[in-house]
Amino acid sequence: MSLFGNLFRSSVGRKFLMAVTGLVLVGFVTGHLVGNLQIFSHPDKINGYAHFLQSLGPALWAVRLALLAAVGIHIWAAVTLTLESKQARGPEPYGVKKWIRASVASRYMRLTGFVVLAFIAYHLAHFTVGVAGAETFKTQLAEYQMKEDFHLLGFPIVAKGQTVHDVYSMVFLGFANPIVSGFYLLAVALLTVHLLHGFDSLFQTLGWRSAKWSSALRTVTVLYCLAYLAGNLAIPGAILTGLVKPAGGTTAAQRLAAVAPASLAQR
Amino acid sequence: MVAEASNKTISVTLRVWRQAGPNQPGRFVDYTAKDLNTNMSFLELLDVINDDITRGGGEPIAFAHDCREGICGTCSLVIDGKPHGPHRGVASCQTYVRSFEDGAVITVEPFRARPFPVVKDLVTDRAAFDKIQQSGGYISVRTGAAPDANAIAVPKEDAELAMDAAACIGCGACVAACKNASAMLFVAAKVSHLGLVPQGQPERDKRVLAMVNTADALGFGSCTNQYECSAACPKLISHDFIARLNRDYIGATFRTAFTPASANTGGGA
Amino acid sequence: MAKLDSKIPSGPLADKWRKHKTEIKLVNPANKRKYEIIVVGAGLAGASAAATLAELGYKVKSFVFHDSPRRAHSIAAQGGINAAKNYQNDGDSVYRLFYDTIKGGDYRAREANVHRLAEVSVNIIDQCVAQGVPFAREYGGLLANRSFGGAQVSRTFYARGQTGQQLLLGAYSALSRMVGQGAVELFTNEEMTDLVVVNGQAKGIITRNLVTGELRRWAADAVILATGGYGNVFNLSTYARGSNVTAIWRAYKRGACFGNPCYTQIHPTCIPVTGDYQSKLTLMSESLRNDGRIWVPKRKEDCRKDPASIAEEDRDYYLERMYPSFGNLAPRDIASRAAKRVCDEGRGIGETGLGVYLDFSDAINRLGEPAVRERYGNLFDIYHEITNENAYKTPMRIYPAVHYTMGGLWVDYNLMSNVPGLFVLGEANFSDHGANRLGASALMQGLADGYFVVPYTIGDYLAGQKPGSRPSPDAPEFKEAEANVRAMTQRLLSAKGTQPVSHFHKRLGQIMWNYCGMARTKEGLQKALQELPKLREEFWASVKVPGSADTLNQALENAGRVADFIELGELMCLDALTREESCGGHFREEYQYPDGECKRDDEKFGHVAAWEFQGVGQPPLRNVEPLNYEFVKMSVRNYK
Repeated sequence: MSLFGNLFRSSVGRKFLMAVTGLVLVGFVTGHLVGNLQIFSHPDKINGYAHFLQSLGPALWAVRLALLAAVGIHIWAAVTLTLESKQARGPEPYGVKKWIRASVASRYMRLTGFVVLAFIAYHLAHFTVGVAGAETFKTQLAEYQMKEDFHLLGFPIVAKGQTVHDVYSMVFLGFANPIVSGFYLLAVALLTVHLLHGFDSLFQTLGWRSAKWSSALRTVTVLYCLAYLAGNLAIPGAILTGLVKPAGGTTAAQRLAAVAPASLAQR
Repeated sequence: MVAEASNKTISVTLRVWRQAGPNQPGRFVDYTAKDLNTNMSFLELLDVINDDITRGGGEPIAFAHDCREGICGTCSLVIDGKPHGPHRGVASCQTYVRSFEDGAVITVEPFRARPFPVVKDLVTDRAAFDKIQQSGGYISVRTGAAPDANAIAVPKEDAELAMDAAACIGCGACVAACKNASAMLFVAAKVSHLGLVPQGQPERDKRVLAMVNTADALGFGSCTNQYECSAACPKLISHDFIARLNRDYIGATFRTAFTPASANTGGGA
Repeated sequence: MAKLDSKIPSGPLADKWRKHKTEIKLVNPANKRKYEIIVVGAGLAGASAAATLAELGYKVKSFVFHDSPRRAHSIAAQGGINAAKNYQNDGDSVYRLFYDTIKGGDYRAREANVHRLAEVSVNIIDQCVAQGVPFAREYGGLLANRSFGGAQVSRTFYARGQTGQQLLLGAYSALSRMVGQGAVELFTNEEMTDLVVVNGQAKGIITRNLVTGELRRWAADAVILATGGYGNVFNLSTYARGSNVTAIWRAYKRGACFGNPCYTQIHPTCIPVTGDYQSKLTLMSESLRNDGRIWVPKRKEDCRKDPASIAEEDRDYYLERMYPSFGNLAPRDIASRAAKRVCDEGRGIGETGLGVYLDFSDAINRLGEPAVRERYGNLFDIYHEITNENAYKTPMRIYPAVHYTMGGLWVDYNLMSNVPGLFVLGEANFSDHGANRLGASALMQGLADGYFVVPYTIGDYLAGQKPGSRPSPDAPEFKEAEANVRAMTQRLLSAKGTQPVSHFHKRLGQIMWNYCGMARTKEGLQKALQELPKLREEFWASVKVPGSADTLNQALENAGRVADFIELGELMCLDALTREESCGGHFREEYQYPDGECKRDDEKFGHVAAWEFQGVGQPPLRNVEPLNYEFVKMSVRNYK
């Protein structure tokens, strides 16, 4: 078989593709989380950062397409391998079958994968396309005027006074909805479970794992997953519980103040 | 101390998968065996039950077995949901009655996987493993053409690791245990054994590509890194070898794609 | 009377094989593919022969009754393989290996065969290493050796306690390669049930497919049997349950002579029997005797005590006492009989009184437990699995058990039986071990025969056969043989008995162990020869074989094998009775020195007895091949 034959047809090749696309997606969600954590900073930060991403134009689309391809390949490989494996198991199930050591996370990869997929669709609809929760979408909100110059890695990105989409307020307003936040919390929790096996698997599939390193890699995996989960829970958690309030003067602050229940307002 | 252990007797019920032939419906049938010496092996228990069945006019349970010392890889029972039974690192023949409680109901089934079709009762056809071997599980050396055995030094560590992999007895418990009926632990053991010694290097890439692709073609599933295989392996072969296999396979895929090859590979005289 | 021409080449011992190779006929490469060779069995000898012959260009068909060639019982050999490499610089040489083997065999093997075995031993190691066999190595990367019983040099190569497995996997990989290339056609689950002889030459076999029950006829230019030994005649042995005599027995019934059937090796270090349900005795590798010390209590009354409570001065390290220079490494037959002797004196240990201690406490004190674990860990694990006892804490209990049969079909120097075209390799032949085999020599012989002997010698026979002259499998001889097998199958299935096959196998085993086991007497053997025909008749009258012939039927397979074993038992007892001397594994109580050693009678029995079948229940003919020792002086074996 040729290079592409081996990669796209063989079981190990497709596992490799899953691992590589998985790695890309882990990289993405990590970057995404780090970007989003700027919500806890001055509104200039996240809004300037969002403006920067928007301004990339074709490059943004290239990244988006690459991510889409990664998701597509990841899912395609998972689905074809799963179907083949089901076929391989044979017609007659075991009368009694016990797990010996497979981790819980590894047994629910399909379930967690499906939920994550559904979440991605919703998440894109919510914060990228603006179909779900349209009334709080960034294009429906007043533009945000930058209070300071915004730099990224030393490069000037947005100048003071320039107006940009108010992503800051969009996030606050979106997560103020308990249903949206609830779904988000569930999804990131399951994504973490998915990563708990996926991230660990990646070392095995790429051939980097060995008995000497396995506990270290496992620790890295678990720490990463905990950090990822904590970071992701922090944003909706803090917003929903009101632990973090939108910065004064932003659209979000105004709207939330208007609808805030008495109890919240008293805090 | 010895006398106490072996004087103990127990009774158990076996719930055994009976299937008259390939592609025929099967079902579980219960057999009770009484007053068993706990030093009896599980296969001896089947012998005893079979003699009872024969005397009673029935047809004995077909089960695969041969050496009965855990090395030939013939025995292949799933006992209470675990390939080769409750203990780690042993084959079915090294499972003893002492591992079960008095009065236990023990389910006994064949290894199940599409590439291991049931021949009869508890016997399956595992010829697929031979086919994987035939596709590349060897070093191409003609008899008589070998250099002196000490001409190439092999680091002890490599030889030991190769031996860890080579300990595979080809029983198929890895496939039976895997929810995907993947043969990756078997293939990995073979590929790693030969890939770890210097003699195996010239064909290393070719071997790993051929063996994995053959396993795929024979209908084994893929590895999802759950390591049930190595947990069920009677020789405790490590799934580290699967990581090694993956690395070898991907490496070989890229190397063969980008390494120039001579167009004139035909022989001389 | 069969004509027994050993065809031993003339000339000096060390030159015989080289000379023979240059003198025997060759088949030219273009003609090789016109010859078909059947190889039955795929253990070390069969797999190595099939692979090598296919490499040479012959068309090979390989038949195994197992579901895979890798299951053959060679796989269970633990300890190692001998070779005269002298890598340890301890004075080993081809001559020494030859001499040790001849002496170990109690001067009942052919000098020329044994010397050839020692010569090619060095090639075997080269071949196996080239195949990737992961032999044990030293830190410098060179091969490691260990010592073994019956030798004073370290010449045993090993792969942990799984040497047989690794060598078999090497041969199996060579065979697989040839199967993959289409040069060998492999038939698994296919049991040879008869030999077809056409015009006095072996030209094919009949097989029964164990899955479908189909009988098939196969014609070839030559037939190779590499089907192993027949120790399961004792029912309890270290053999795999499936190991059987059927292939060579049916060849015997077609005219091949059976050489020295009574030579049986009893291995001194096995796990003792625990109950009548037992199907198998497990060997603890002889290598354990390198560091373990064998003892029994000096006093009978101590035998049931906890071994730890028996003081050092109350222990009898009887091998060290009786054989100070070899000590615990005395050859197998000697160590086994010594164990029997102390147990007969009432000093055996364990429930049955049939056991002795193999104690590692000295080694653990000297080397530390980790070092002992590194050397023998897997053996200690096996012991623990079977007995539930921890041998690091309490001594192992061991007792001798049947382990190997030196006898087998008679073959000449070319490994061809007296039926032209029928070659017999490995344990299935009688050739190289005389009356006793040394440890780590079985693997050596199997691979020597398959890799380095038969590939040459078979050409000498084939060169005399016209290409394409093999008969059609529809020839009357094939149909007759098939009908013969069919009739036997029908007879087994239609016996309207009540007892399972195992019942008869156990009874056979008891008779053989009691009268033809470690120690034999004239009276006992005569008694056995009265009981065995009765057992045979009872078997056919009251065996119960359920099921049908056209499916997987393990009871039917066993029944056929046990029927052959019962007949073989008679021959073994007859051979043992006729051989009025003691030698190696054949110990007649009437013929011993005062210290219990074997008393040979070279004058009367310095020969091979090759039995010729005359019909079931008829006394077979005893042919004799004299053993002419040209180079070594037959002397009393002395391991003191």
